[in-house]
Amino acid sequence: MTDNRQVSVRGLTRRFGTNTVLHKLDLELEPGSFTALLGRSGSGKSTLLRTLAGLDPRPVEARIEVPEAVAVAFQEPRLLPWKRVWENVTLGLPGKGAPARAERALAEVGLARHRDAWPATLSGGEAQRTALARALVREPRLLLLDEPFAALDALTRIRMHALVLDLWRAHTPTTLLVTHDVDEAILLADRILVLDAGRIAADIPVGIERPRSHGDARFAALRRRLLSELGVEAEVIREAA
Amino acid sequence: MSDTHALGARERLAPSLPFRAALPRLNLRSYRRFLSPLVLILLWQAASMAGLIAPRTLAAPSTIIATAWELLLSGELPHHLLVSLGRVAGGLAIGVTTGIVLAVIAGLSRIGEEVVDAPMQMLRTLPFLALVPLFILWFGIGETPKIALVALGSAFPVYLTLFAGIRGVDPKLAEAGRVFGLDRRGLVRHVILPGALPSGLVGLRYALGSAWLSLVIAEQINATAGIGFLINDARDFLRTDVIVVGLLVYALLGLGADALVRAFERRALAWRPNLIKA
Repeated sequence: MTDNRQVSVRGLTRRFGTNTVLHKLDLELEPGSFTALLGRSGSGKSTLLRTLAGLDPRPVEARIEVPEAVAVAFQEPRLLPWKRVWENVTLGLPGKGAPARAERALAEVGLARHRDAWPATLSGGEAQRTALARALVREPRLLLLDEPFAALDALTRIRMHALVLDLWRAHTPTTLLVTHDVDEAILLADRILVLDAGRIAADIPVGIERPRSHGDARFAALRRRLLSELGVEAEVIREAA
Repeated sequence: MSDTHALGARERLAPSLPFRAALPRLNLRSYRRFLSPLVLILLWQAASMAGLIAPRTLAAPSTIIATAWELLLSGELPHHLLVSLGRVAGGLAIGVTTGIVLAVIAGLSRIGEEVVDAPMQMLRTLPFLALVPLFILWFGIGETPKIALVALGSAFPVYLTLFAGIRGVDPKLAEAGRVFGLDRRGLVRHVILPGALPSGLVGLRYALGSAWLSLVIAEQINATAGIGFLINDARDFLRTDVIVVGLLVYALLGLGADALVRAFERRALAWRPNLIKA
């Protein structure tokens, strides 16, 4: 019996011209798990996410299984500026119940009182929370997060981390977070994948109970290991610390 | 999570404080703006009364006002005005519709662009007012060439700006729309057309300006009614007062049309940050 949140990829190869971005990649995501995908820029992590989201064409020779209900939060909020916040949340949702569902989703991300605001009047954090509400309202079985915190200021980012964890616990979609921030990956995910040269170079479980703290020795050890997987030398790490 | 919501705060304050504070300053400035035109008109009136400006060169402002009043009461001005408005409305309806349809066809598909855009870009380099002789040969001297000229003049600005607007829509927004389940029709309706609207409305304002210009030229072609006819007829009788009244009506019509589009813009583009702040 397969869970309807099962994600499975077999033999995914993607080339752009002569450049192979993903090479015979295999990936299996546990239903309801929170996985972070780390990688240097150009390592193909966005390509993988876009393929899972159905934004890039799926090569015929690859076997890709994803749930039907997929939602994405991008690095930029990508709200339609000419639609009010609640209309952005219900974008593409059929049915009369959509406004009520939007209202609930906005309440969940703490934006209930901004339902009639124009996106241009929102702060960066509010806009990104609206984008999360728009993803959530579809009750996704697979939630794809494409560096959604990268453009936020540090304090807003901390709040967003907590919010995403809360939402994930409440709705338990299979979640894949693409990021280049090692700390963020350790803080949020159960499992961390490192993508390098088009393949999964490391697959590391995060065995630290939540809430996790930077001060934890296991946190620091995992951080060192991930950074070296990403090719950042030990001296540089010590230097920066 | 209490990011302040600046707009809400401003809205709540708006009715009382800033209004009262801004009022006297606004008045003073608007007085000053009207002062210099008023002085010029008074000088013109004085020069006319002193016999420095002959009535057949330019009528005195007082005569012009009296003539305007007479033309209004006799029903002559309203009659000609309605004829002119009819021509502009008919021409604009045809021209703007054509412009929108062609821009949507060219904007939404490669084939459409290849078929539509190349001839449109070539045609637009023609000064369309130079087509008047051809139009007279094709359509005679009735209403048709006049409406056709207005239509032609207004179609191009709408086409060019709306086409550019459609192509300028952020592809990332279209992508987000696709992820969230919009089909092609939904994308056009919710993402592409609203995104192209600001640019299209700029085109509409150009189109209106172009329409009045076309009307002026068109009404010089053997018209028997309309503001242009009123002006031409007055020329034969050396009635500079009637000519100036006609010109003023043209100006007011242009201003009115522009104000109409701007009022529509304020409603339709309420989401834009600059309009929110204003």
